[in-house]
Amino acid sequence: MKANNYLVYLIALPLFSAALLLLLGRIADKWGHLLATLVSASTFAIGAYEFFAMRSRSGVDRAITQHVIQWISVGTLKVDGALLLDQLSICFVLLITGVGTLIHIYSISYMEHDENRRRFFAYLNLFIAAMLLLVLADSYLSLYVGWEGVGLASYLLIGFWNQRPAYATAAKKAFVANRVGDVGLSLAIIIAFTQFGTVSFAGVKAGAPHASSAALTAIGAMLLLAAAGKSAQFPLQSWLGDAMAGPTPVSALIHAATMVTAGVYLITRSNFIFDASSTARLLVVIVGAITLLFGAIIGTAKDDIKKALAASTMSQIGYMILATGLGPIGYAFAILHLLTHGFFKAGMFLGAGSVMHGMDDEVNMRRYGGLAKFMPITAITFGFGYLAILGIPPFAGFYSKDKIIETAFNAGGNKGWILGGAALLGAAITAFYMTRVVVLTFIGAKRWDSMAHPHESPLLMWLPMAILAIGSVTSGFLLSSGSALVHWLQPIVNAGNVEGGKELMKPLTVSLLALGVVVIGAGAAIIKYRTVASEAPSNISIFTKAARKDLYQDSFNEAVLMRPGQGLTDTLVKTDHNLIDGAVRGVGWTLNTISSAARSIQNGYVRSYALIMVLGTLALVATVWLVTL
Amino acid sequence: MDIANYLYLSAALFTIGAVGVIVRRNAIVVFMCVELMLNAANLAFVTFSRLNGNLDGQVASFFTMVVAACEVVVGLAIIVTIFRSRRSASVDDASLLKR
Amino acid sequence: MKNILTVLELLPLFGVIALWLTPKENTKLIKQTAVAASLLTLVESFIAVWNFDIKFKGFQLVESYNWISAFHIKYAVGVDAISLTLILLTTILVPIVFIAGWHESEDGRFSPKTFYVLMLVLETMMIGVFAATDVFLFYVIFEAMLIPVYFLIAGYGRGERAAAALKFLLYSLFGGLLMLAAVIGIYIISTNQGVGTFDVNELSKLTIDQSTQNWLFLGFFIAFAIKAPLWPFHTWLPGAAKSATAGTSTLLLGILDKVGTYGMIRFCLTLFPGATKTFAPWIITLAVISILYGAILAIGQKDINSMIAFTSISHFGFITLGIFALTSQGISGATFYMINHGFSTAALFLTAGWIVKRRGSSQIADLGGLQRVVPVLAWSFFIAGLSALALPGLSSFVSEFLVLIGSFSQYPVATIFATTGIVLAALYVLLVVQRALHGEVKSGNESMVDLNLREKLAIAPVIALLVFLGFYPKPVLHPLNVATSTVMSQIGVTDPIAKADK
Repeated sequence: MKANNYLVYLIALPLFSAALLLLLGRIADKWGHLLATLVSASTFAIGAYEFFAMRSRSGVDRAITQHVIQWISVGTLKVDGALLLDQLSICFVLLITGVGTLIHIYSISYMEHDENRRRFFAYLNLFIAAMLLLVLADSYLSLYVGWEGVGLASYLLIGFWNQRPAYATAAKKAFVANRVGDVGLSLAIIIAFTQFGTVSFAGVKAGAPHASSAALTAIGAMLLLAAAGKSAQFPLQSWLGDAMAGPTPVSALIHAATMVTAGVYLITRSNFIFDASSTARLLVVIVGAITLLFGAIIGTAKDDIKKALAASTMSQIGYMILATGLGPIGYAFAILHLLTHGFFKAGMFLGAGSVMHGMDDEVNMRRYGGLAKFMPITAITFGFGYLAILGIPPFAGFYSKDKIIETAFNAGGNKGWILGGAALLGAAITAFYMTRVVVLTFIGAKRWDSMAHPHESPLLMWLPMAILAIGSVTSGFLLSSGSALVHWLQPIVNAGNVEGGKELMKPLTVSLLALGVVVIGAGAAIIKYRTVASEAPSNISIFTKAARKDLYQDSFNEAVLMRPGQGLTDTLVKTDHNLIDGAVRGVGWTLNTISSAARSIQNGYVRSYALIMVLGTLALVATVWLVTL
Repeated sequence: MDIANYLYLSAALFTIGAVGVIVRRNAIVVFMCVELMLNAANLAFVTFSRLNGNLDGQVASFFTMVVAACEVVVGLAIIVTIFRSRRSASVDDASLLKR
Repeated sequence: MKNILTVLELLPLFGVIALWLTPKENTKLIKQTAVAASLLTLVESFIAVWNFDIKFKGFQLVESYNWISAFHIKYAVGVDAISLTLILLTTILVPIVFIAGWHESEDGRFSPKTFYVLMLVLETMMIGVFAATDVFLFYVIFEAMLIPVYFLIAGYGRGERAAAALKFLLYSLFGGLLMLAAVIGIYIISTNQGVGTFDVNELSKLTIDQSTQNWLFLGFFIAFAIKAPLWPFHTWLPGAAKSATAGTSTLLLGILDKVGTYGMIRFCLTLFPGATKTFAPWIITLAVISILYGAILAIGQKDINSMIAFTSISHFGFITLGIFALTSQGISGATFYMINHGFSTAALFLTAGWIVKRRGSSQIADLGGLQRVVPVLAWSFFIAGLSALALPGLSSFVSEFLVLIGSFSQYPVATIFATTGIVLAALYVLLVVQRALHGEVKSGNESMVDLNLREKLAIAPVIALLVFLGFYPKPVLHPLNVATSTVMSQIGVTDPIAKADK
């Protein structure tokens, strides 16, 4: 591995810029957003430079490292602040800085009228720095710093308008759900250390073949818990819908394109753990399959455009997680889908933001309708993203999603049928709810009141959307032509060794099947949502009701975790006061009572003292006499 | 005469003194009873001195007398002071400790 | 330069003499004198650091003079990395507390002058207690420290200050008496085995039979567990924190309570290694209960100061867990945790103190929307809170993780329970952040004023240190490692080897 000295700037620049903007305060209001955007663009430039430099090298020389500081060194635990850029992390670096820069540009216009725009950009830069640290870390512990750093940035950005209590609650919920995942990551690191004596990726990879399968399964399960927290996977997914409280660019960047995919990165990065433990891998596919259906079902019932997209994100990441559990080739397809998803989902979120911008921050799709006429560019860019997520050839999703469905079928046996079937069903539902979003928003009769004046967004907003739309069209083809990405990632994930059972279906069959269910799903949505009421109907089936309530995950959490937790807290507060402190106060009380009883002997009458003395003397004499007798 | 009779007398005097201390209210009388007890003790000392054939008991009784004299000085002074402030020599009136 | 430590202990006392000469009415001059004295002490502590040899194992800068020769009691001081970092924590925090709580001394039962005299006397004692290498000297200062703290709480606090101060005093005295018995016990043992001594190094070489060790260990341990405080000896702390001024709370929880955990390492571990191993599983259990119990109770608190107190109980649980895990990561993590907890609690108490002072109420329910009104203050409190929940990038993360990673190999189940504490930590911090800083501005908060320059200057170094040590803990962690390995070799334990390497 070669050493390289530019990597640290990828993190240092945005971090420094964030700190500067926060510390300078109002002075930086005028130019803060420009600085932040410039910094973000320059990280993209560094990333692009590193990418081409990497391409020009070959084989093992491609990965480069930079040792920054000696971080923690206690006993056998040695963790250096070192950065590692290899074929996997460069994909993320380009995605993060590229999409990040576009969203910076978009936000300049989107947040123009917010008095705290500088603070917003500072948080965005902070996020970029933390996310880059996450993907550039060379050990689990350094990754953890970035992992929690993006959690903090996400918390700050979801709660950007925290004067509204619901938004502040959403931010807190996101952080706490992520922290549950962090327990998993902590324990995974701790177990890894006790097993391998190191927490660096290289060290764990070297040690993994010698470890017991129980330990590997434990590490894998804990890593999966971490991934579930960060990537909004079952059962920790409930925070993502609420996280839409943040400004829309945040939803696009953090809760669609980058941060929520960190779980996929973590599992892909730890492929040596999952490859060695089939149990852990089974858990991964179960979680992935459940979430992809879970998210898709929720998506069908959401009227809030951002929440519908959030449910879709959850579902799409479910696909990626599913793919990571499908063996070496799956990792490559997961990353492929992650990258294409980064383009089309970010594009669609920005489109949603553009719609909201034109509609005075209305988010209810039942109040939209026929907007294509008023916002042509938004409609077209959104449409590209829509076609991409459906997997219509030649749009990006076709190349990535179909591969995952195909790999799922290829898992072999019953497992293959179940997983493949779930993925296929997910694709149908995806087509249904995405068509619903498009129909409700851009097509049909207008359902907004006369006060709204929908209009196209300014250049700074539609330009990023257009670029992302181009990505939604081309990225899939570019990345998978000649299995480009698969070969690129080969040294990391060993994707060449296809394992599993025999091919259940030919790729062409899968594509045709997928296309078939997509058409059915989309058709059903068009028929059902040609005309809709501007108020949500209340006489709905039990399934719709459940989907609207996020399949009761929140209610479950509230009933099983929150209420008992509050009860426990109240009980303990009372116990602490009454029982433990009560015991302490009890000692004082007892002493008090004894003394006041004893005080009555002290009556002040000399004669009674004298009597007591005489009695005492008599008692003494009697005792002595009795003893000597 | 049987030497035990002296001891009987000493015990009787001591008991009379002790009962007097407990039951009488006048401070002067109480004081006299205390003296009576001390002298009863002196009588016992001297008796034992005679019984043992050495002078130890007599020495002790001299000590007692000296202490009794001192005690009379201090005690009477206190009683007089209390009498001045309270116009009473009753020990029950001087029960300040209980408050 | 000789006698560095003695000079360090005496400098605050010179400040006291200077205060004596200052007229009582000139409050400003009194404050300036006190700050000057504490800053001089800080400089002297840097000189001590300068003269400290990191690689040297054992006590340095030692001084020893006979005090009560009949009982072989000496005035003996010396430092290793653990005590030196704690002394440094003391000398850094005292001037910060002075500057941050500029007006704290003014509305007390006694005069401002008395406040600073008590504070400076307390500083002398805190330095002394960490520097003492004579068990008897340690004991005397350990007990004597109660006096200034008692008057600081009872004289300058709020609410039920007299009751809180009394409770603190009685609890500590009870623990102190048990410790006195143990101190006498170990002296007698040393007399039986040759020359009687109170010197820590000499005492650690004694051979004590197991059951005697157990009793003596408990005598020391209960005193330290009350001081630290460990569940269930904790009930004095919330009351004291609620009643004391922000500065007193900072010193009380930030430094004074560290004497407990410091004592566990210095005396419990090194003097009674056998008993340590016997009791370790029980103490680990108590520590884990403390972690979870403190965190849950912190969630349920309505008063901001008692909430901070309960978070500290949780953090002391982590420190104790690390100490009794008896691994190098555990003990180094725990000692580093002490430093970080000192700074992070200081930041919490000082910022909370400013909030309470401005709002006139310490009820969390009375706060709300502070981020809109007093952004700098709100941010300072927020960062302090992040440090309490051990966010990576801040120094408390490094120590908390070290403690967890160090204890897992010995006590996996306990560690898993302790790890869930990080979720509770997120809850207790973010709940109070949400209630106090977010949301609409509640009535009564609109006219609050943001931090002035003096207050910014006080909080800035604390936050800077939290961040700096989070990314570059080596300057503190490295010396601590040396001290830790000395302690571990004294007890005769070694780190477990990685399983897959066997």
